[in-house]
Amino acid sequence: MKTRTLFEKVWDQHVVSEAEGQPPLLYIDLHLIHEVTSPQAFDGLRTAGRKVRRPERTVATVDHNVPTEPRGTPITDAIAAKQIEALQQNCREFGVRLFDIDSADQGIVHVIGPELGFTQPGMTIVCGDSHTSTHGAFGALAFGIGTSEVEHVLATQCLPQRKPKSMLIKVAGELGPGVSAKDLALGIIAKIGTDGATGHVIEYAGQAVRSLSMEGRMTLCNMSIEAGARAGMVAPDETTYAYVKGRRFAPRDWDSAIERWKALPSDANAGYDAVVELDAAQLSPFVTWGTNPGMVVPVSERVPELSAMKTDAERNAARRMFEYMGLEPGKRIEHITVDRVFIGSCTNSRIEDLRAAAKVARGHRVSSKVRAMVVPGSQAVKRAAEKEGLDQVFRDAGFEWRESGCSMCLGMNPDILQPGERCASTSNRNFEGRQGRGGRTHLVSPMMAAAAAIAGHFIDVRNWEFRN
Amino acid sequence: MKAFKVHKGKVAPLHRANIDTDQIVPKQFLKRIERTGFGEFLFYDWRRDQNGQLDPGFPLNHSRHKGASILVTGKNFGCGSSREHAVWALDDFGFRAVIAPSFADIFANNCVKNGVLTIVLSEAEVAQLVERATKHEDYQLTIDLQDCEVRDEHGFSAGFQVDEFTRHCLLNGLDDIGLTLQHEREITAYEAVHPAPVRLVS
Repeated sequence: MKTRTLFEKVWDQHVVSEAEGQPPLLYIDLHLIHEVTSPQAFDGLRTAGRKVRRPERTVATVDHNVPTEPRGTPITDAIAAKQIEALQQNCREFGVRLFDIDSADQGIVHVIGPELGFTQPGMTIVCGDSHTSTHGAFGALAFGIGTSEVEHVLATQCLPQRKPKSMLIKVAGELGPGVSAKDLALGIIAKIGTDGATGHVIEYAGQAVRSLSMEGRMTLCNMSIEAGARAGMVAPDETTYAYVKGRRFAPRDWDSAIERWKALPSDANAGYDAVVELDAAQLSPFVTWGTNPGMVVPVSERVPELSAMKTDAERNAARRMFEYMGLEPGKRIEHITVDRVFIGSCTNSRIEDLRAAAKVARGHRVSSKVRAMVVPGSQAVKRAAEKEGLDQVFRDAGFEWRESGCSMCLGMNPDILQPGERCASTSNRNFEGRQGRGGRTHLVSPMMAAAAAIAGHFIDVRNWEFRN
Repeated sequence: MKAFKVHKGKVAPLHRANIDTDQIVPKQFLKRIERTGFGEFLFYDWRRDQNGQLDPGFPLNHSRHKGASILVTGKNFGCGSSREHAVWALDDFGFRAVIAPSFADIFANNCVKNGVLTIVLSEAEVAQLVERATKHEDYQLTIDLQDCEVRDEHGFSAGFQVDEFTRHCLLNGLDDIGLTLQHEREITAYEAVHPAPVRLVS
């Protein structure tokens, strides 16, 4: 029998139809919905007189627009409030389960899916959000879609999809102290580029990936889209099962679930369309210097010189980035001061991320020149952190402790940068204006963000003085 | 969906690589619940200064590119966020097609759903089109989806590839939800043997 990869197995299990001259029709196990990319899809259903085919496979929450001030604070942005109301109304009308703003289970859609046990190995998962790739950490095939496709899945529970190519990214060795899954993700994007995996589903493998916790795997898969990938996946193993077990919506027939999941990992000698190999030991804590996530340098190095660029197009792009970012080529990364620090987003807002940041922050004070905020990914993460006393560590150090949501990752709520402000951010995109018009974003790990908040500038967390 | 057969229109060049959807339509405009009216937000932070005034230096603001319906741009166009608002903004602004050396996957899918054609040409061909659009006043291209060819009136012509099914849908302006629903029996049969792996409604 032909050997198959994890991706091919999940794909094959979900092909409903392969009609001549049409792309395969793929069945979608789980459809996640949020307020920003769904209203026009529900309108489309209404216009065509269609229903949601499988409300029991559809889950909604509000995350992008929600303020992170204490719950109950009125939403002053009338247009944002209207969008949230539209989701509430649509969920009522079409019978979709909604974890609303006042729910104890509210959170970023890519945090609550795994946390509640919705996300499981072998599933197909879509959401009108590019960071849906996060769920691939469980060995699910999970990818972002546009609003027309959201409507398509609502109406049919299927998507016509051309089969993507496959890419194996094999990471040998172990990550060193102070080097996290975020640094691994940034290191991969630096190596293959922001379009290096376009048209591909990545499978992450190798010792360094096996050693990652589920939180780390989610961070890694989350950033797959920043390399252009359709999705990122990690084969399920004991770490995966242990995470899923006992969660609210985890399978009740556990033994048969495990049996199905154990068949998912890629067969030995399965072939990939592309293979990339990395050595984890070569990776450092990274900082992005430009306006796309591929512009990455180790914290101990400098903003690149123009002479390091290969083509005129790259030099022109770099000049634009230097100007936008207010940086000179050759500047030492550790000499770059920050005004704001954001610890949060679907990339790095889970309990382990907050533990890592708190470990750095404990016993220190945020620089008087920095405003730093911690935004837990979900209400459950917030509760767990508070139970461990992490909120107190952050508050004592001078960080703001906020309510859950997407917040300053994309600044659709009131948490934004002012023009010219520079931010060390644990989010996923350093695009121009992403965190606020004229704002300057440097992507880093939670540890590196916490250290920058305290030092007032980037600093190599491998040299950090940890206090108890 | 609008059908796309043959289109002749004015070209606007925006020769930068990796233009992400945050630039195409910034996040402050994603809160609207409508599908129309996004054209005025297209490239908002690039087209307008902090006071909302049009920046005369931005290519799309040049009078010679006014009314352009074909955008020629750099590689990896549409990367980043899945926001379909980016396509709605291009469409509403008047663009029927985008030509680039490569496109991000989700963006390209979103284009097809809205009858906007994405055409992949080589870096050299794109550079040539940018040069012509910058040099010639009222530079126009004809895009022929029946023959899969782009041509101008000054001797440029290039073939392009498009997935046959996508081409069929675009040529005929087909609603692909309707097409999927033609497989109702197969979907129902699939569901019968693949019950929901979890009870998502408790």
